[in-house]
Amino acid sequence: MAQELLWIFISALLINNFTLAYFLGICPFLGVSNKVDTALRLGLANIFVMIITALAAWALNTYVLIYAPYLRLISFIIVIASTVQFVEMAIKKWSPELFRALGIFLPLITTNCAILGLALFATNKGYGLLEGIVYALGAGGGVTLALILMAGIREESRILDIPDAVKGTALSLIVAGILSMAFMGFAGMFSAA
Amino acid sequence: MGKDQHTDWDVLIKGLWRENPVFVAVLGMCPTLAVTNTAINSLAMAAATFFVLFFSSLLVSLLRKVIAKQVRITTYIVIIATFVSLVDMLLAALVPDIHKELGAFIALIVVNCLILGRQEAFAAKNKVGAALMDAIGMGLGFAIALLMIGVVREILGNGSLFDIPIFGTSFEPWIIMILPPGGFFTLGFLLLLFNAVALRRTKANAVTS
Repeated sequence: MAQELLWIFISALLINNFTLAYFLGICPFLGVSNKVDTALRLGLANIFVMIITALAAWALNTYVLIYAPYLRLISFIIVIASTVQFVEMAIKKWSPELFRALGIFLPLITTNCAILGLALFATNKGYGLLEGIVYALGAGGGVTLALILMAGIREESRILDIPDAVKGTALSLIVAGILSMAFMGFAGMFSAA
Repeated sequence: MGKDQHTDWDVLIKGLWRENPVFVAVLGMCPTLAVTNTAINSLAMAAATFFVLFFSSLLVSLLRKVIAKQVRITTYIVIIATFVSLVDMLLAALVPDIHKELGAFIALIVVNCLILGRQEAFAAKNKVGAALMDAIGMGLGFAIALLMIGVVREILGNGSLFDIPIFGTSFEPWIIMILPPGGFFTLGFLLLLFNAVALRRTKANAVTS
């Protein structure tokens, strides 16, 4: 059991990295990640929302959607968005500190494809509650890792002399391609063991 | 009347090139990169997105006076999610093979910012005719972009186009192009091309004027 959970975690974190292998959550990856510090906080907020999503998706799947599977998509998106709003309000009340660190990112993240993707993939794979949470941790960690790597490279590339045509999104995409190639190497990690 | 038609035409054309959702606005990235490893998958994704965009714009534009301002985003999302569920089931029934290959990415059309963006920016403020023209233009622009990426990736990564081999057996396919990194590279280089053309044009204008 423990080994299975570890496998789910590593697989979501490195091998099937949400950003670099599934292209989920590309918008913040290309747009927001300019500073390592911001990227880290955005990543943490992402992990947080993903765990809530995993809980909500599990609850919906177990108690509601067995009666009406065709409502899956609509109910996922509504329940996830409203749950995150409630949690955001709760954090604002109880821990202003945490709210300042994560706050502005929470509503942004809710409409991110990575969140809905997590709920859908976890459902397709038939994960239970514990597996779902581990999967969310791995996927969130993977997104955070990708965001931080990208932000770090961007911070460095600011002092480079880059041709005008390549500046901006084109450069980010090519860098992302190289990062994605590097992450492909992780696929060999477990087949050997 | 003639003037109206002209502006409608303009609305349609702008999505194809000047405000192309993928190359200029950089919207809807995840389907653009995730499912464009072959031309057929690109086409299926583009068709599904077009369907959802068209009918969501129709409904939002029709209901634009009814939808309360405070809950408009939620309403749009429910409308979009409804059509996505429809298209998901339609594809599963009509073309099960392609549906299987696209997998969860069909459902992820819901969070394609292109669709929500057009509802908020255009359909909610315009008459039905104009909203549909905008949807058609943006949908076609999205389709063109997806197909461009899909064609490049399939030719280089698989040596074929629409599953028909176009090179002899001597061609060694660049496997990397149909894997995730190929998506990033192809879009990156296409954007680079777009930027270079735009830059040259502005420079040429500056010289002549």
